[in-house]
Amino acid sequence: MSDTHAQTVGYVRDTMIDEQPAPVGQTGAVKWIRENLFSGVINTLLTVISLYVIWVVVSHLYPWLANSIWDAGSLTECREIRDATVGPDAPAACFAVITDRWQQLVFGFYPPEHYWRPVVALLVFLAAIAPVLFQGIPRRALWLSAAAPFVLFALLWGGSIWGPVAVALGFVIGFVVYRVLLPLAGNLAAVLGAIIVPLLYWLFLAGPLAGALTSVAPIGLEYVQSKDFGGFTLSVVIGVSAIILSLPLGILLALGRQSNLFIINKISVAFIEVIRGVPLIVWLFTASLLLNYFLPPGTNFDLMLRVIIMVTLFSAAYIAEVVRGGLAALPKGQYEGASSLGLDYWQSMRLIILPQALKISIPGIVNTFIGLFKDTTLVVFIGLLDPIGLSNAIRASTDWNGVYWELFVFIGLMFFIACFSMGRYSLYLEKKLQREHR
Amino acid sequence: MKKTVFLGAMAVSGMVAGAAAAATLDDVKARGNVNCGVSTGLAGFSTPDANGKWQGFDVDVCRAVAAAIFGDPDATEFVPTTGQTRFTALASGEIDVLTRNTTWTFSRDVDLKFDFTGVNYYDGQGFMIPKALGVTSAKDLDGATVCIQTGTTTELNLADFFRANNISYEPVPIETNAEAQQQYLAGACDVYTTDASGLAATRATFENPSEHVVLPEIISKEPLGPLVRHGDSDWADLNRWVLNALIAAEEYGVTSANVSDMASAAGSNPEINRLLGTEGNLGEMLGLDADFAAKAIGAVGNYGEIFERHIGESTPVGLARGLNAQWTEGGLLYAPPFR
Repeated sequence: MSDTHAQTVGYVRDTMIDEQPAPVGQTGAVKWIRENLFSGVINTLLTVISLYVIWVVVSHLYPWLANSIWDAGSLTECREIRDATVGPDAPAACFAVITDRWQQLVFGFYPPEHYWRPVVALLVFLAAIAPVLFQGIPRRALWLSAAAPFVLFALLWGGSIWGPVAVALGFVIGFVVYRVLLPLAGNLAAVLGAIIVPLLYWLFLAGPLAGALTSVAPIGLEYVQSKDFGGFTLSVVIGVSAIILSLPLGILLALGRQSNLFIINKISVAFIEVIRGVPLIVWLFTASLLLNYFLPPGTNFDLMLRVIIMVTLFSAAYIAEVVRGGLAALPKGQYEGASSLGLDYWQSMRLIILPQALKISIPGIVNTFIGLFKDTTLVVFIGLLDPIGLSNAIRASTDWNGVYWELFVFIGLMFFIACFSMGRYSLYLEKKLQREHR
Repeated sequence: MKKTVFLGAMAVSGMVAGAAAAATLDDVKARGNVNCGVSTGLAGFSTPDANGKWQGFDVDVCRAVAAAIFGDPDATEFVPTTGQTRFTALASGEIDVLTRNTTWTFSRDVDLKFDFTGVNYYDGQGFMIPKALGVTSAKDLDGATVCIQTGTTTELNLADFFRANNISYEPVPIETNAEAQQQYLAGACDVYTTDASGLAATRATFENPSEHVVLPEIISKEPLGPLVRHGDSDWADLNRWVLNALIAAEEYGVTSANVSDMASAAGSNPEINRLLGTEGNLGEMLGLDADFAAKAIGAVGNYGEIFERHIGESTPVGLARGLNAQWTEGGLLYAPPFR
């Protein structure tokens, strides 16, 4: 037996062979392509069609972008340069218009020697918003955030520094009044006092106070009129002001709509439905045209301020509905649990309800903000020169008449950067606040 | 129709409010500048340059008014207005004078309660087509697709013209001139129609202007002029006579180059003397200095100089004088006597 065995087995492997790579068709890119792009007749067909579409788009866009001309004084010059370099029939973008006019697209008619002010204002804004957006930053920085609106106003519009200071003082007065009255007269009286006293102060004292301080110590930057704002400065100022103001207003409206108090409830419902039921462009026309007729002649009610108010109200109505969705999504037990702990209305809202409701609403809120920021371009219809309006004005100059896509590409890119950042932050916030499915 | 009534009603309510502030010149002097409504951007007529300074034919008419009042053509604030906001801006007092290529029509003058103070440009609606189409007359455009800006008088003129000639067309509505250029060049429409000045400016921007022709027919009258509110005739007079001074200056050969010489002492032509204030007291009657016209001409030049600088044949817009020549040269410009 053993002999037989020894003779029948001619070779016994005594070492393992090296690992071999999988067959070419079963691995890596080839496998992925086969499985995902060519797995059947229909998929193959779709892949081929998609490739064709991509080819058409790229083959048209790429030469246009690759041949783009960045340094020329006018469209005619652009065409001459193109003829000289790549031939008369080649497509070539004329981004020289951006090189020539980017300052106008970004700053509008802001005085060139003061261009640093919007830039610094943007940095201050980013620094001020950081503690609100990211928890890693010390909480004490929030005080800087509270002071930021006044700093921003002083930077952007300029004028005497004491105006914003006097206005800011009103908030301090309100806070002090609240603290003083709270132990003496109870919550309601303290809240009322904290509203009424600063209002009286703003109406009667703030103006003279600012005037007096200015005459004593005239500190401040040169005043820049609202009508000099334009381009992205205008868009960002309108968008950011409206975003910051509409969030608290929208939350209040959402709470009002949920409220059991009849008048507050009905006012909130009516406000939301009326504002939301009419297109933004109508409200902008109202702000720019109708108000002009109803205000006494000679009243100089800043058009930009009117627009900011209208856009704020409009977006507040949307925010209110988004937040209401968040409130409605909370189980009733949360409300009852808060009450059973002995919390009053504001405490329960602040500590239990809103943190949960707002977390649910984040995608909707950010969505509304992105929409709002892009809607600021509608101001072009009431004669404000936002980037779109300026693109028309630039095209009207004899140098650049005939330039079309280049301006839109630039404007679109700027808006994309802003809106994409907002969207990314929203995702970051959602992930950070995710508690249920860890 | 409804829109007209609505605008009319708004304008009337505006006048009720505006009647209280009658003396515009006093307001302007107190403020130190003239608020002018201009277009948000129209090639050759009003556009901000790279430094944000407004330039153009309409803009200079306003600068002339500022120069006449203050001696400073930059004592102006330009308020960009759109087709929708221009009349309310004027009626509400946001601007003092609207110099924004606005057609002088009956209803605007009478119903909307404005006063046109003259005509600074005689325009008319025309057609542009690709030469390859082989059409030589607008009457041969039966069945053509036409690019047209919506909400303007050009739309109504177009409908009138095609109906009167019993031919059909297919409108392609577009919003702005820039969009129209794109659509027209992309072949979305056979014909582009707008004011002839706009057609010329548009054609000049094309890669191959010679491949496109502007048809000879002008199908509407578009006298474009500055306008002010009803109810302040003094202010209307001031604007009217500053414009007339620019036109008369060209007729009499007064230019920005020689005006300071001619205004320094009375010359041999009494009409020029009265115009430039070296004789008579015409300026005083307007509530201005005697040399108001000399200041305006010195600042922006006479009508012909303004025309040549912004829209004339040496500019890319390249408009011929045509109807806008002096009456002595077969045009329609005819300044009443300064007497």
